[in-house]
Amino acid sequence: MNIYNLLKIAYKALVRNKTRAGLTMLGIIIGIASVIAMVSLGQSSSLSINEQISQTGTNMVMVLRSFQVQGGVNIGSGSIQTLVVKDAEAIKERVPHVEFVSPVVQSSGQLVYGANNWPGSIQGGDVPYFTIRKYEVDRGTPYTEEDVRTAAKVCLLGQTVIDNLFPNGEEPLGKTVRFGNIPFKVIGTLVAKGQNAMGQDQDDIILAPYTTVQKRILAITFIHSIIISADDESNVQNVMDNVTTLMRSQHKIREGNQDDFNVRSQQQMLQMMDSITGFLTILLAAIASISLIVGGIGIMNIMYVTVTERTKEIGLRMAIGAKNRDILLQFLTESTILSLIGGIIGILLGLCLSFLASNLLHWPFIISIPAVGGSFFVCAATGIFFGWYPAKKAASLDPINALRYE
Amino acid sequence: MPDIILKIENLQRIFEVGSEKVHALRGISFVVNKGEFVSIMGASGSGKSTLLNILGCLDRPTAGEYYIDGNPISKCSKDELSTLRNRKIGFVFQSYNLLARTSALENVELPLLYNNAISSKERKEKAVYALEQVGLQGRMDHMPNQLSGGQQQRVAIARALINDPVILLADEATGNLDTRTSYEIMTLFQKLNDEGKTIAFVTHEPDIAQLTQRTIALRDGHIISDQNIEQKSAKEALDALPPSDTE
Ligand SMILES: Nc1ncnc2c1ncn2[C@@H]1O[C@H](COP(=O)(O)OP(=O)(O)O)[C@@H](O)[C@H]1O
Ligand SMILES: [Mg+2]
Repeated sequence: MNIYNLLKIAYKALVRNKTRAGLTMLGIIIGIASVIAMVSLGQSSSLSINEQISQTGTNMVMVLRSFQVQGGVNIGSGSIQTLVVKDAEAIKERVPHVEFVSPVVQSSGQLVYGANNWPGSIQGGDVPYFTIRKYEVDRGTPYTEEDVRTAAKVCLLGQTVIDNLFPNGEEPLGKTVRFGNIPFKVIGTLVAKGQNAMGQDQDDIILAPYTTVQKRILAITFIHSIIISADDESNVQNVMDNVTTLMRSQHKIREGNQDDFNVRSQQQMLQMMDSITGFLTILLAAIASISLIVGGIGIMNIMYVTVTERTKEIGLRMAIGAKNRDILLQFLTESTILSLIGGIIGILLGLCLSFLASNLLHWPFIISIPAVGGSFFVCAATGIFFGWYPAKKAASLDPINALRYE
Repeated sequence: MPDIILKIENLQRIFEVGSEKVHALRGISFVVNKGEFVSIMGASGSGKSTLLNILGCLDRPTAGEYYIDGNPISKCSKDELSTLRNRKIGFVFQSYNLLARTSALENVELPLLYNNAISSKERKEKAVYALEQVGLQGRMDHMPNQLSGGQQQRVAIARALINDPVILLADEATGNLDTRTSYEIMTLFQKLNDEGKTIAFVTHEPDIAQLTQRTIALRDGHIISDQNIEQKSAKEALDALPPSDTE
């Protein structure tokens, strides 16, 4: 049978039953829209995470204190005192391809200015901290080596902190804020960075010399972590390996014993986040696929009812010369048209939804070509798969009985 | 030597219902020549529809042979039977069987959609012509529910005519219509017959059978009589009706 005639017949049959066709499509529309939205959002989120992480620097390497298992007892990280400034200095001096190194000591507490309070987190670093973490000074100046050496009570404020401590638009530069009982002079403000990959506000931050945080706030001798930047992304692994070897000898860890530190890179983070978001995307898509299957069953259900309801029509078509195959193809075409149109609407709807959602979440909006193509294919397959049984039933009707059917 | 349109030889049709056998046709033979207007008469259950379904290639005989336009149907596959129905036969049913929410024109076009040799332009031209033949030139875009019973049956007749079949088969085609409309439809059949169409017309009403040229009477699956009769004019019968009996 001529494909054009076939399409014409199927199209006319659908148009004769617009409402039913619309309702049948609804299931497919919802199914496809959710698959598209889920996949697209999943990809947007992973892209956004990648962007954020590379913003922070893909050549960054971190040395963290690690949980040390001692006699099967896992002691909390708060009390691990294994990292010291000397480690940072050794890395700076001895590891090749290292560009910058900064010890990090952090603390959190209440920040006060006049009548305003803000629970803040203070990050203590060395001068290169700004370069490694890609913080830029908006107004004022960063702290200096002199400030670090003297544990000067100076700080730089992130935008969120400024907004909350100086809600009336006062000039923070030169003001004195208190962290705990210690007065800090505000010497600079930071360029806003927005949220990071985990949705944390990177502008909710106070930067100060690490010595100040270490000695004046916490009164400790160890440091919390070390951040390092490799001179090039391609040397990150090399730096990590060398840092590990160096740290083991610094800490006199014998062969076969566990490290008391942990070397991580942003690249690893990137890969980890990628695999997490990839998994989430697949999970969400799988859940959304269930609604697609439900939509497909909806098509089958309605087509099945349709066959019974249109028995007489089928009988007539056979009487005037339709072959069994023509009837089969007509019903298959009907269900395929339904699912394809439903699919197209669903794809558009899904893209609209993910566009809106990624706008709200400040994620980049991406159209996933494989998801769209895949959905389209799945739609056609759904139409054929779920249309097959009812179509087969229609084609196997006996024309005489069908004609006599009331 | 007249052209033989259809020829049946010792046709039998046995339905098996459970363990029982229903002999609907018990050995029927006749020939219909080109241009004949035959009525098939008989009480309900006498086998008329069963016979017509076989003549229409919708059903196969249990025994016996049937030739339509020279083709023995026992040798035809299912698909070939479909093609025979599409090219050689025009069916008219008691209950019209028009597609709902589909214009008269599109209903008439339907059989040609199953014929790839016909272009859509040709299809439309033929449909328009067929509707003109049945006197519905002004109603082409009407939906079935906007047409009277008689008009719907005319659409169905136009649909049966569109493929220029060798025979028109009608099963109680006036069964759902009132007397006046029945005569109007019979007037149309007589006109088509005058123009050369061969017609086999199943009815159980003697009044209607009188309007044909030959009556084959069935009883319990046997032919009890097969004779040429004096054809009455449907037009005259229509004119003779009291004027109040209007549709
Ligand atoms: N599909 C069928 N199955 C069983 N019996 C049938 C079937 N079709 C017709 N019959 C039987 O065959 C006989 C003739 O039926 P039919 O041809 O419909 O009669 P008519 O059209 O003259 O009223 C009836 O006894 C009927 O019950
Ligand atoms: Mg009957």
